[in-house]
Amino acid sequence: MATEILMPALSPTMEEGTLAKWLVKEGDTVASGDILAEIETDKATMEFEAVDEGVIGKILVTEGSEGVKVNSPIAILLDDGESLSDTNPASTSASPSAQDAEQTGSQPPQRQAQTVSPPPAAPQSNMSPDWPDGTPMKQQTVREALRDAMSEEMRRDHTVHLMGEEVAEYQGAYKVSQGLLDEFGQKRVMDTPITEHGFTGIAVGAAFGGLRPIVEFMTFNFAMQAIDQIINSAAKTLYMSGGQMGAPIVFRGPNGAAARVAAQHSQDYAAWYSHVPGLKVVMPYAAADAKGLLKTAIRDPNPVIFLENEILYGRSFDVPDLENFTIPFGKARMWREGSDVTIVSFGIGMQYALQAAETLAEDGINAEVIDLRTIRPMDTGAIIQSVKKTNRCVTVEEGWPQSSVGNFISSVIMQHAFDYLDAPVINCTGKDVPMPYASNLEKLALVTTNEVINAVRQVTYR
Amino acid sequence: MATRKTTRKLSPSKKTGTARQSNVSSEELKTLYKDMLLIRRFEEKAGQLYGMGLIGGFCHLYIGQEAVVVGLEAAAEEGDKRITSYRDHGHMLACGMDPKGVMAELTGREGGYSKGKGGSMHMFSKDRHFYGGHGIVGAQVPIGAGLALADQYLENGRVTFAYFGDGAANQGQIYETFNMAALWELPVVFVIENNQYAMGTAQKRSTSTPELYTRGAAFGIPGEVVDGMDVLEVKAAGQRAVAHGRSKKGPYILEVKTYRYRGHSMSDPAKYRTREEVQKMREERDPIEQVREILLTGKHTTDDDLKAIDKEIKETINAAADFAKESPEPSLDELWTDIYAPA
Ligand SMILES: Cc1ncc(C[n+]2csc(CCOP(=O)(O)OP(=O)(O)O)c2C)c(N)n1
Ligand SMILES: [Mg+2]
Repeated sequence: MATEILMPALSPTMEEGTLAKWLVKEGDTVASGDILAEIETDKATMEFEAVDEGVIGKILVTEGSEGVKVNSPIAILLDDGESLSDTNPASTSASPSAQDAEQTGSQPPQRQAQTVSPPPAAPQSNMSPDWPDGTPMKQQTVREALRDAMSEEMRRDHTVHLMGEEVAEYQGAYKVSQGLLDEFGQKRVMDTPITEHGFTGIAVGAAFGGLRPIVEFMTFNFAMQAIDQIINSAAKTLYMSGGQMGAPIVFRGPNGAAARVAAQHSQDYAAWYSHVPGLKVVMPYAAADAKGLLKTAIRDPNPVIFLENEILYGRSFDVPDLENFTIPFGKARMWREGSDVTIVSFGIGMQYALQAAETLAEDGINAEVIDLRTIRPMDTGAIIQSVKKTNRCVTVEEGWPQSSVGNFISSVIMQHAFDYLDAPVINCTGKDVPMPYASNLEKLALVTTNEVINAVRQVTYR
Repeated sequence: MATRKTTRKLSPSKKTGTARQSNVSSEELKTLYKDMLLIRRFEEKAGQLYGMGLIGGFCHLYIGQEAVVVGLEAAAEEGDKRITSYRDHGHMLACGMDPKGVMAELTGREGGYSKGKGGSMHMFSKDRHFYGGHGIVGAQVPIGAGLALADQYLENGRVTFAYFGDGAANQGQIYETFNMAALWELPVVFVIENNQYAMGTAQKRSTSTPELYTRGAAFGIPGEVVDGMDVLEVKAAGQRAVAHGRSKKGPYILEVKTYRYRGHSMSDPAKYRTREEVQKMREERDPIEQVREILLTGKHTTDDDLKAIDKEIKETINAAADFAKESPEPSLDELWTDIYAPA
């Protein structure tokens, strides 16, 4: 049966092209793979091969023709022994195959194009307490809380394992994994070579293969070498596989500035990772949150970025003395209630927020202080609820100003509480510079309590 | 975990064709032929659908390389895993994935393996232990070693095939992976599909030492070079590699010399090699023709038999293409699903 040879699409963006040259003529016998013609696209001249075998019955588009539309017939291919007169010319010009190509081809059975809006931002928040009243508490450092979270989860699930540089025999570069090798052995607590890109990929593969790895980065600065595996492999695979396989994995380690380690070792990645659908991003401040959220992270079937802070590792806080204590993601914590302004922060930013609130209280300004704890998913409901009460907001974070977490919070407030605002939202951030080494400059580069105080005075006009 | 200190001798394989054929059954030869032909016809059809605008974006065809996956799959056991790059249609068909689901993914439809959300380069099948389908050159290699780490941890005796190209072989993360795979004795077979080009770059223009099978030498990983146009050679090498991994001896490298007939992707004008070079490969080394000849000259089968096989495959492919055209586009709600697994 005669078939039409259609103008092929030779690149993802091609809609039409020039039929530069025919390399066959009418009457020629062609086999699959033979070059039929040269076709010019906007990018290149490409050879166009025959797919089926047969005889060129008729050339419909002469060489040199420009603007030939993709999928329009350019020649007729006959079966061996068939002649053009065997085919009905009327039916070839509007042949069913061409119609098929029109209908089921470039225009596939399409769904009505309609705008589907993203799931709306959480309107309410759940500010219920994280543990029951009267729960006995114990003092613990953030470091100990993180270690306990890991060891409890490793006892609970034998597929949970820890890998990273110096996590086993050295007990952790910052001693977070103290004692884990002794308890769980080298199969479950693995020292890796200094190859972030490679071991991150291996951990992602292990997660696809049924394990629940915890990857410790010595600091998140070094995870930049592995960010392709984190984003392209860990975060996107569930989506790309139509839900078939995802990576239950935790990437954790110290993030942000420590002290006097300069530009390459002092970066805050909160905003970076929070940009990525498929990742969850946690950045705790207090020890109880560090513990409860890390346990949730380990149990979560998705990749979780867990941003710790070296300066906070040694701080002590009250931690509930509870078995099986977890904190859900997407739930902010109210540290202080107030009516004059909302200060929103997370991670080490909380120390500036809390100090500022204390000083402001002495001057009669009552700040409400919200610790987001998880940046993605974010408890935007808690922010909106609070701003509707205080009508003002200041955000605090250590990262750089452009495309910061605070920028995002500002836009959420504008969308959901615009009419409640009595002043523009101010984002207190680290300065827009690489971290300097000199002690005085480093202090200047970081966000400070005074800057938070000044921002609050500005938005409260006091 | 014990570390391995020995360096194994590299053993390039070379046996004569006839010696090997004697212990291969007619049935098996026919199966190999059929599996390769299925890939060839599938890819030709995919090329056609691309030309019709039914398939979009990047589409990398496997035509010419069929013996690699078919030979290695013949050496695999149920439960073994595989992972590869974006040139993945052949791997999926060879490990038993349904041509309909693969083709429908190419056309971006609901019936595709990823519900239309992955496309040609990103497809997966948990059931068939196929872990993708990866668009970032080299990224699948550490992931493959990680799958092997999981198998070792779970002590399930499985082996993973991690496929990558000659171009990918220059990626740093692969050497990080070689080191850890050897250090931890992971049951992974690294398969370098050396089709001699990375897009438009001939291997000699990118690679300081062309013997890619020796690339594991610094880590003590044994390697061998294999004629990838000869499916029986590939299978035999695959069996050696799998036995190595299965007996807890650690990773193994197979450099499989092969050739792609088509452009790098559908939009490749292929000006970096001559028409004659391609033609010569097709005429003299075609993996499918080689088996066809063995089948006929060795009287394993008849011409009629092969015609019946051809016909059956054509029907399968046409059915896959019809399915891929008729399957609806994904529902618009799919935009928002599968971003997070429910906790
Ligand atoms: C990290 C990265 N760099 C570049 C590309 C673009 N790219 C896609 S395929 C390719 C060539 C790879 O060649 P090879 O590894 O030999 O595999 P083949 O295509 O021959 O199967 C390049 C450069 C990419 N996808 N990822
Ligand atoms: Mg190549």
